[in-house]
Amino acid sequence: MSLMTIKLKIWRQKNAEDSGHFEDYTLDEVNEHMSFLEMLDVLNENLIKEGGDPVEFDYDCREGICGSCNLVINGRAHGPKHMTAACQLHMRNYSDGDTIVIEPPRAAAFPVIKDLVVDRSALDRIIQAGGYVSVRTGAAPEANLIPVPQDVSNAAFDYATCIGCGACVAACPNSSASLFTGAKIAHLNRLPQGKPERENRTVAMVEQMEKEGFGDCSNFAECEAVCPVGISISAIAEMRRDYMKAVL
Amino acid sequence: MKLDPKIPEGPLEDKWTNHLNEIKLVSPNNKRKYNIIVVGTGLAGASAAASLAELGYNVQTFCIQDSARRAHSIAAQGGINAAKNYTNDGDSVWRLFYDTIKGGDYRSREANVYRLAQNSNHIIDQAVAQGVPFGRDYGGLLDNRSFGGAQVSRTFYSRGQTGQQLLLGAYQAMMKEEHSGKIKNYPRQEMLDLVVVDGKARGIITRDLVSGEIQKWEADAVVLCTGGYGNVFYLSTNAKNSNVTAAWRCHKRGAAFANPCFVQIHPTCIPVSGDYQSKLTLMSESLRNDGRVWVPRKKGDDRPPNDIPEEERYYYLEERYPSFGNLVPRDVASRNAKLVTDEGLGVGDTGLAVYLDFRDAIKRDGKETIKAKYGNLFDMYENIKDENPYEVPMQIFPAVHYTMGGLWVDYNLMSNVPGLFVAGEANYSDHGANRLGASALMQGLSDGYFIIPYTVGDYLANEELPNVSTEHEAFKEAADTSSKQLDKLLAVQGDKTIIEFHRELGKIMWDKVGISRSKEGLESAIEEIRALREEFWNNVRVPGEKNYYNKYLEFAARVADFFELAELMAIDALDRDESCGCHLRDEFQSEEGEALRNDEDYSFVSAWEYNGVNGKLETTLHKEPLEFEFVELKQRSYK
Repeated sequence: MSLMTIKLKIWRQKNAEDSGHFEDYTLDEVNEHMSFLEMLDVLNENLIKEGGDPVEFDYDCREGICGSCNLVINGRAHGPKHMTAACQLHMRNYSDGDTIVIEPPRAAAFPVIKDLVVDRSALDRIIQAGGYVSVRTGAAPEANLIPVPQDVSNAAFDYATCIGCGACVAACPNSSASLFTGAKIAHLNRLPQGKPERENRTVAMVEQMEKEGFGDCSNFAECEAVCPVGISISAIAEMRRDYMKAVL
Repeated sequence: MKLDPKIPEGPLEDKWTNHLNEIKLVSPNNKRKYNIIVVGTGLAGASAAASLAELGYNVQTFCIQDSARRAHSIAAQGGINAAKNYTNDGDSVWRLFYDTIKGGDYRSREANVYRLAQNSNHIIDQAVAQGVPFGRDYGGLLDNRSFGGAQVSRTFYSRGQTGQQLLLGAYQAMMKEEHSGKIKNYPRQEMLDLVVVDGKARGIITRDLVSGEIQKWEADAVVLCTGGYGNVFYLSTNAKNSNVTAAWRCHKRGAAFANPCFVQIHPTCIPVSGDYQSKLTLMSESLRNDGRVWVPRKKGDDRPPNDIPEEERYYYLEERYPSFGNLVPRDVASRNAKLVTDEGLGVGDTGLAVYLDFRDAIKRDGKETIKAKYGNLFDMYENIKDENPYEVPMQIFPAVHYTMGGLWVDYNLMSNVPGLFVAGEANYSDHGANRLGASALMQGLSDGYFIIPYTVGDYLANEELPNVSTEHEAFKEAADTSSKQLDKLLAVQGDKTIIEFHRELGKIMWDKVGISRSKEGLESAIEEIRALREEFWNNVRVPGEKNYYNKYLEFAARVADFFELAELMAIDALDRDESCGCHLRDEFQSEEGEALRNDEDYSFVSAWEYNGVNGKLETTLHKEPLEFEFVELKQRSYK
């Protein structure tokens, strides 16, 4: 087991009005088996003991599924490891003496609350616009009444697996939420249960995305590259196709 | 304190139907006059909120996360049980009921568990209609897998992310109702107190976690869906923010806390690696369908696992429990892992691990088949342990995972405080002394979709609920109490951090109130908890202030509640002079190390009443006797 010294440059911002700045920290005895967030826990323990102000960052499950964590690490959402959320990133990916820059995901639609914590409620409002099947509790038919081909169900899952972290927005030069929005549209629109609302859903969600101040997609595909669960950019193609079908 | 379980009369299979036929309804015009608060937006909270809103009630929901979709139900991996019998292996509502009662070691109510089994099939229908992408077979129909404690395949799944997909289904239903204006969700709000007016739950106090403001909310009924309290152990598979505060504050306002010592220790988690560790990661129980659990037969055998020949491997579950083998219930698997590591047969750097080996399954079915079933779990393991489980056996060890105990509720899921309903893991209800795998998702959704919407309506239709305003003295008093507690925490300015205290508390709990307990250990745990709690209030350092976003202040208040709960758990474990399910008292076991129940004296639910903390926790035990009319109590055997 090797211990490292890590230099950190972390974005500190008191609240949404504060202009914010980077602050430097040095952390000794970082264990390679620590997760990235555990490394930040240790930094905070040190800061608290010194009477300082701990760094605020969002986290919850620490198993890569809740989508709370959303750090931008050395310019890349969730850090260097492909298909890995920041909470599942381990310090063995770094070397002694490395400098790590940590920022919040930057987008007009994600105002900073404090330090690395941002407000992502815009994503909830996109789902509210149409990211569901309008079925009431109790009104459902027998589950096996409508067979769904295995490949259709699997493909729906591949989009439904989105964790809503917003890394796609952070990575996009246009701050677009197209991958997030497209993933929900591609999940629901391909299932027989989601088909009746296909057109309304697509138009409502796309329009809400624009209203929230997210940019449009110009096929950089940065979103796909950073997505911790590997959502394919084909979601965006499906969203566009369904949108055109609906409005033309 | 009066604890009336209100179990309907009649044959087991008719109780719920008869009850539904008899309960009072609220007319559509009147529903819109009622405000209902739902706290927590996991499976139980989201499904209850969406269903109540669809009926026409005004629903306000609160969650501590930044979005309702992040509640910890999202992390459930393996699956959800239902008695569909799609696999034609003889399953039925009765069998699911029976397995659940037996799995819980006969410490739950027959009527509740039967209703759960009845509702299970509706949940699958509902989820499919919402677009939940369950695993399907080649014909496009729903597929099933097996889980521990059952000899049928009744578990529906979405790869290793069943909780995520079911929660997103419920969350989306909730978002649909937020769009329609019947739900208003308040994220980043933490419930700090229950407001009781004229003996009834009439609102809550919250802290806006962004502005720090203490806020007051009135309602006609409060539905608490705030999950379990496994984080009292510091290390657990629970999300970091999961906590007991909302439930504990209700307890302090009069709600009885039932069976607090019933904690499920999940057998298949990734072992602890160091002091900095902040949480433990579960590997789904579904892995035990194909993985074989073993340790070397020889003590101190430090050869790499693949160099240990077959005859020198001790497949202890298969040998000790030939009929269930690796699929014994969780409590049995955890206890046996502890037994073999106590004997010095453990593996890994710490000796606190056993192997879960897929070699034979890969040989039999091929790597691709195993990858299709468990790919994401194998990836997760490799990412954390830096070892390839397709080539080297996984190392696993038990970890705290789920709490069967919780606030006491009657058949209507109402606590003994009228108007306070409790659903999901937050209540004590259906799992007795041990929960079977894939039953937590089932219970959360059964409570939320199919019980709460009816029983809350029945309460509202029966009660006189005069308007109360948040200017009422009870609201002021509760808000003041919450605010003062935060001031008190900030004022200590001691030398030890919150995490240091929490870690120490967790160690006491794991060592003495964990997989096995003894009278001596519990008595010393109670002393140690009291002393550490005293030190906490005199020496904790909470950074920052209360009037802005301050996660460490949130944690400090939660740890303060864990300190009180911890004592209650130890008291409850000490009181229960028997072993049952997850609760293994060293003094009460068979020669073979199996749990020995004492049905004569302990066939009851322990429901504790809070009387204050004054150096020690003052608490009074009330007993709800468990009567078994339909099943015969037997010593559990999985051999």
